[in-house]
Formats: sequence, structure tokens, C-alpha cells
Amino acid sequence: MPETTETAETALDHIAIVEEPKISADYKKIMLDGLWNNNPGLIQLLGLCPLLAVTGNLINGLGLGLATLVTLTISNSAISATRRWVRKEIRIPFYVLVIASIVTMIEMLMHAITPELYGVLGIFVPLIVTNCVIIGRAEAFASKHELMPAAFDGFMMGLGFTLVLVTLGAMRELVGNGSLFADASVMFGDIAKNWTIQVFDHYQGLLLAILPPGAFIGMGFLIAIKNVIDKKIGK
Amino acid sequence: MSGDNKRKILEAMQKSALSLAFFAFVSAIFVVGTHNLVQHRIATNDKMLLLKNINQIIPATRYDNNLVETQFLLKAQQSGLENDALVFLASKQGKPVTTIFEITTLRGYGVITLLIGINAKDQTLAGVRVVRHTETPGLGDKIEIKKSDWILGFDGKSLQNPSPSGWFVKKDGGVFDQFTGATITPRAVVNTVKSVLLYAKDHLHELNQQILEQLSEHSSKERTR
Repeated sequence: MPETTETAETALDHIAIVEEPKISADYKKIMLDGLWNNNPGLIQLLGLCPLLAVTGNLINGLGLGLATLVTLTISNSAISATRRWVRKEIRIPFYVLVIASIVTMIEMLMHAITPELYGVLGIFVPLIVTNCVIIGRAEAFASKHELMPAAFDGFMMGLGFTLVLVTLGAMRELVGNGSLFADASVMFGDIAKNWTIQVFDHYQGLLLAILPPGAFIGMGFLIAIKNVIDKKIGK
Repeated sequence: MSGDNKRKILEAMQKSALSLAFFAFVSAIFVVGTHNLVQHRIATNDKMLLLKNINQIIPATRYDNNLVETQFLLKAQQSGLENDALVFLASKQGKPVTTIFEITTLRGYGVITLLIGINAKDQTLAGVRVVRHTETPGLGDKIEIKKSDWILGFDGKSLQNPSPSGWFVKKDGGVFDQFTGATITPRAVVNTVKSVLLYAKDHLHELNQQILEQLSEHSSKERTR
């Protein structure tokens, strides 16, 4: 009887340990994927809710982008580090658990360290939990790779996402208000009080750009521009 | 054979459940740890932010008490106002100077939270500020002091100046400006300020006394401890 238990256990252990595909970490590819070829904002089109909601100006985009970047790096690392002990069938609830905890901690730290930015982004930070990029990277990459490449992938995907947020935020702020870096002091403190660049003087403003439709239109342009560039490179 | 299978599945389930519980426990420890680490700082930040906002209405030189300590919850059922309000009392040498109401209104497009300061002496407005709002950027957000000085138009106003019939936006026949393209937002602000002034007209003195009593009770309790 004890013998059968053991064989059953070893058999289960074999099922439990996901066979690890030996993908050698190609850092250059990870970088290019995150920033361009498989950019979470422009290609995977994941995390559109925060992407469209906060990019009313550049600084808000940067703030949420950085928060996402940190979350992604930590969650990818945590999931890669623990992947041997997480059974395949509970991996999704496990990802949700890890991501929710990390986001909660980041939210509290933001509240403590940058209260003003928290005031602006506060309602969007918990939304990072629902950002599909994070669970997507956990499943597609972190669960199959070593710690370092997984962390690097999280960082690069986060950076790619941040760049899209910042670009879209800059576009909308420029068209909508004629300025750049408005409210920078919210993020960088009093030194940044006069960072705001009024690009067009006496600009009347185009409300549409700042309202939600502006986010969709701007996003459409960004994706189109990327496609044009890709086509040029392809030739 | 099938019994063996069943046992295997059961064991797998147990293992899964246990490991999930374990990881949940570890995550909880991390979250609790972070919370304990930063909660003090968060509380201080919130207090500082509140003080910063209040001090725009009443300069710190005009009172000498610890404002945050005077926090008093004024229930909507009791006051007849739209929502529960948080009330703070600025006093100098134990005498009420200005009562500050933090109240939220849903009468705009979104949620607007206002700080409304009423002077104890003559029930004039010490000032009004918007703490939080979700109004349309570029239109309704002119209620923010950062975007426009419209909100300063309330300084020194009272129910005598203008009389209650003038406490509307111009479009409704009152004296307060609306913005081009935005009437609902300024209307919500004007109406809320008016409702607080109307409440204060009969109850401000009583409310101030209540807060002072609550404070002295609190401090005597502290002393006996």
C-alpha cells in the first residue's frame, strides 16, 4: 500500500511539473518585442482601459505607465521565481493573487510617497489589476522562463506600454490644450512648477482631443503610423 | 482502478488547494507588511493635503487650534443637506472663527467635493474651494482655482449679499456667472454653497458649540488617561 501511494505521487509530480521548453533567453529579441514588434499597446492591444482613460495629458500617461512598468517587472519576476511550485491547474488564480497583491502594495506606496499623483491616478491604479498585459505576460512568458529574462521581459513590455501612454498623452495634450508637461509638479514636486511648455500661444483648445473619443482617434493614428513604418522597413 | 484514479484526483485537488492557500498567506503577509510600513505616512499625507486646502480658505495665522482634530461628522439626516458633511472648526483662543464644511454634491455631471468656509462672526463666506471633481476638462473644470478664479467670486458673500433670490447662476436669474458651454457644473456649486449657507443661518452657532464640547470631552478623557 505505501508503495502504491508513492508511485501515484511521483506520477502526479510528473504531471505537476510543467515540462519546461528550453527557450534560450534572447535579450535583444525581448527588447525589440516589448518596444516595437509585439508592443502591448499597439500590437497586443492589451490594457486599453487605462491606456485610453488616463492619457489626457503627458504626465498622467507617464505616471500610470511607470506604475504598470513596476508592476509588470515585479509580477513577472515573482511568477518566474515560483513557477516550479505552482501547479498548472491553479496557475491562473495564482497569477491573479500575485498581481493583485503587488498592485495593492504599489497603490499604498504611491499614496505614501507621491500623494498628489495618487490623487490624480488613484482610481486608475487598482485598474492595473485588470490590465490584461500583466496576466498575459505571466502566462505567455514568465511562467516559461528563468528569472532574469522574465524580469527583463516585464521591464521591456512595461517600457513599451509607457512609451505608448506618453506618446498618446503628449498628442492629446498638444492638440487639446496646446501645451506639454502640464501638471508636471504633481509628479516631480515643486522643481517642476515651470516645466509646462505652452507650444501654441493663445491656443483655444480642442476639447475633442481630451475627451474619450480623442483617445480612440489618437490611438488609431498611432497604430496606423506604426503600420506605415513597418511597411517601409519591410520593403 | 477507478478508485485509484479518484484518489489521485482527490490528492491533486488537496495539493492545489494547499499550495494556493499557502501562496495566499504569503501574499497577505506582504500586503499587511507594506500597509503597516506606510499607513502612518499616508495618514499624515492626507492630513497635510486637507490642511493645505483649508489654509487656502482661512490662513493659518487666523486660528491657533489643531484643525484636523476638530473633525465632526454632520449627518445628512440631521442637517437636511444633500450628503453627509465633514465639519472642521478653526478657532482662536477657544472662540470659533471659521467653520469649514467638506461636502460632496452629485448635482454636477460627476461628483464634486467642496470645502466651504463660513465665518462665525457674520456668516459670510471665508471662501470656497473644489477638492475633487470629475467635471469635463476644459469646460466644467474652471471651478478649480488652478484653472480660473471663478471660485474666488464667493469670497465674502453671504445670504445678505446677494439675497437668497440672487443665489443662482445668471442663467437662472441669479448673480453668479456660468461658463460658456457649462452651466450645470457652476449651478451645482452655487446651489451647494447656498444650501450650506441656509443650514448655517440657523444652526452654525449650535454646531460650533457642539464641536467645541466634543473637543473638550475628548481632551479631558485624554487627561484622565
